[in-house]
Amino acid sequence: MNASERTHTLRLAIAWAVLSVVGVVIAMQVNMPPGDQTQQASDESSLLRLMLILGTPVFVGVVLFVLYSSYAFRQAPGKLEDGPPRRGNLRMQWAWVIATAVIVFALAGIGINGLANSSAATTFASSGGSLGSQTVGTSSSDRLQVQVIAQQWYFTYRYPGYGGAESTHLVLPVNANVELHVTSTDVIHSFWAYQLGVKADANPGVDNITYVTTSKTGSFTVRCAELCGIWHGNMFDTQGQVVSQGDFATWVAALQSSQSDITLPPYAPEYFPSPRVKGS
Amino acid sequence: MSEMTSGATLLQPSERRMVLPTNILTGILLGVVGYWAGVQIGNGFGFNDSGNTGVLAGYALGSIMFLVGIGFATYPLARLFGWVTPSQPAYDEHQGVWRYLNLSYDHKVIGIQYLIAMLMAMLFGGIGAMFVRTNLLSPDTPIFPPDKYLTLVSMHSVLMVFVASAAIVGPFGNFFVPLMIGTNRMAFPRLEALSLWLVPPALVIMLLSPVFGGFQTGWTGYTPLSEQAGQGFDSYIVGFTLIAIALVVSGVNMLTTVISMRAPGMTWTRLPIFVWGVFSASILGTFAAPVLAAALSMQALDRTMNTTFFVSSNGGSPYLWENLFWIFGHPEVYIFILPAFGIVMELIPHFARKPLWGYRIAVVGLLGVTLLSWFVWQHHLFVSGIAPALRPFYMLSTEMISIPTGIVFLVAFGTLWRSRISMTVPMLFCLGFLYNFLIGGISGVFLSDVPSDITLHGSYFSMAHFHFTIVGGEIFAIVAAIYYWFPKMTGRMLNATAGKIHFWWMFISFNLAFTPLFAAGILDMPRRVSTYAPSLQGLNDWVTIWAYVLFSSMLFFAGIVIWGWFFNSKLAVADPWHARSIEWQLPTPLPRRNFARIPTFTRPPYDYGEGVPRPLIEPGAESAPALA
Repeated sequence: MNASERTHTLRLAIAWAVLSVVGVVIAMQVNMPPGDQTQQASDESSLLRLMLILGTPVFVGVVLFVLYSSYAFRQAPGKLEDGPPRRGNLRMQWAWVIATAVIVFALAGIGINGLANSSAATTFASSGGSLGSQTVGTSSSDRLQVQVIAQQWYFTYRYPGYGGAESTHLVLPVNANVELHVTSTDVIHSFWAYQLGVKADANPGVDNITYVTTSKTGSFTVRCAELCGIWHGNMFDTQGQVVSQGDFATWVAALQSSQSDITLPPYAPEYFPSPRVKGS
Repeated sequence: MSEMTSGATLLQPSERRMVLPTNILTGILLGVVGYWAGVQIGNGFGFNDSGNTGVLAGYALGSIMFLVGIGFATYPLARLFGWVTPSQPAYDEHQGVWRYLNLSYDHKVIGIQYLIAMLMAMLFGGIGAMFVRTNLLSPDTPIFPPDKYLTLVSMHSVLMVFVASAAIVGPFGNFFVPLMIGTNRMAFPRLEALSLWLVPPALVIMLLSPVFGGFQTGWTGYTPLSEQAGQGFDSYIVGFTLIAIALVVSGVNMLTTVISMRAPGMTWTRLPIFVWGVFSASILGTFAAPVLAAALSMQALDRTMNTTFFVSSNGGSPYLWENLFWIFGHPEVYIFILPAFGIVMELIPHFARKPLWGYRIAVVGLLGVTLLSWFVWQHHLFVSGIAPALRPFYMLSTEMISIPTGIVFLVAFGTLWRSRISMTVPMLFCLGFLYNFLIGGISGVFLSDVPSDITLHGSYFSMAHFHFTIVGGEIFAIVAAIYYWFPKMTGRMLNATAGKIHFWWMFISFNLAFTPLFAAGILDMPRRVSTYAPSLQGLNDWVTIWAYVLFSSMLFFAGIVIWGWFFNSKLAVADPWHARSIEWQLPTPLPRRNFARIPTFTRPPYDYGEGVPRPLIEPGAESAPALA
């Protein structure tokens, strides 16, 4: 209570430094999802972990300050003393603002960098989506194109490069650049392939494009992440697969031949709900 | 009134007056009649629209007739037809408890009316949350069918948004802003009353929604899902529109009052920081809520007149609704939190007994949030496919909000440093706010970076984030404000021991209930689901149990308030906290006219430790009516 300004500062600084180091060491042990099945998922995992690590000293500092002040600067019992009438310190205010600004701009820089990487070789403008301006199925790029069609309450996947073959489970080859074209036939859904680190809204009449680069085989879960009606909670599929290139070729050939004698609806980059004819 | 002085001897007021007695019973009666008439008119026009026109017209006409019945038409009609205008404000027409159930133009009565309305809405919203959590006890055998469950989720969210939008500016803004700036009334008392009386019809209309099948869209009301919803969704349109109008009306009134009615010497740099919080939130309310009202009208037209603003198959766009909704929706969340910042920064100096440290930078922080909040709305749409090229911009603007928000923490720290803290109940809630909002703020940064947002977006992580900022932040600030200002508002103290028990009860249960939800979101649980992965059952059951404990802490709080207000015989002294701000220098209970003579301010607020005598305020001459 009677300690000098310097003592208070020193105590707090030491406690903050020690606890922050402990906290950061703990935070570094935490494996943040979504894992490393794709390059995007690894980027997201490491960014989430970086934020956890950066957030720890901030958290420790604020909690420590509040607890320390509550104890060290408490009013003596039965007394009603005023504190020193200090109304501010311009230098400290500038320091605080600059420090928070540096953290903020650094984080934004990392985020923007990650965003640019996740779209790989594409231009910035087309990463993440476009309003149906790109033609699906005719691109000569080395990317595997998959259309994700959401409807109440399941996802269907079409492979335009393989005659528009259609599957109810998403199967992808490993070590491939995949271009997902997400669309919907009714309401807004959101395609969330958790382990792939992919989330993209499915809008009726919109071809929302997102990219993923698979790096590990394994299964993954697909969920709908946008409220889409009463069975929204049941709109998931746990049988997504990332398989080897050879297995994928076998699988997709089998899929194509099994659908050779049925007529699927014509392939389109986007679908619209049937026009409303309410007034008639 | 002004007729006497305007020299209009040719235009003597007619002896006629409105025959209808205006009170709440007339209001309810006319409201019901108006609803019935609206339904008849709406259905009579014969749109093949599943009866939406009838319900919408019924709600609209019912609300208008309710306002007429309660007395809002009296003055305009009297002016229009030259009847005798009421010579006294409506305040004096009703006495006792009846006054609080009827139209009043006294800002102190309106503050208390608002407080009661908001606590009622919070109770309904809280009950909704309890049903939602109960349903989530089991991953696959829900208690409610999914449509009922989603209706509960939607009702909980919309009611709580109503509460969060108005529960600080409504009760405490209306009650204390005029006192703090040294005036006897708001600039527009009728608008002030209107902003209150739009709330009861909005609540009734929302609670009527389940009668018409409820709505399953959540508070965002995204099209085309909302087009599938039945008449229950009409409650969302009209209820939310009424709240939007209330926000505009209250915002305009607050801005005008603070700009033009400050007492002599109450310069901009002497405004209490709470007034700055209300002021900045009012800027947002005034300019953001009209966007919501317009967008809701477009939804109403889509549902009734077959316009196709948001119907993609007919040339409209669901993106349009998403954009319009969030252009309102993101400033909206700062309408929640800015006055809460104001409360926390207002209360800490009084209990730390030190001047507010860094007053000017605190104002810069509040106004900085106000400005930046217009440029962040598309962070709700990072994965929507809208304008991906703009995502870096919205990422940057969103993260920049941390800078002015961080200033609030700096100001709180600077004030606490070397202070003399009295650990009173309001102070405990302010410190609890700092902890909860810290978690809310840090988790907000996780959501603001696009790559990490791709995983977290629309998951329980974002749900936990905004509950930490709104419940842990704003609601904690509201509770602090109730404990702090209750003696001045009602003339009674709240029990301090019970208050301390309440704080720990609420703080611990809140954190134990909501912290695990971050994990649920990171572990692949989307929002608004009625079934979930069985592996997450343990986590969800834990959350539900602590949510019950949190709810019981709020019931305990309601008990403290009711006991303190109606059964506590001990009257509060004028300044129980020994605070130096102006509202505590006035007598308790407050006189009808706040200031017999308008005070002159000579110093900035929070003048602790500066060795100056207490500000002396002459109480009003009139006898003070008891406020409870």
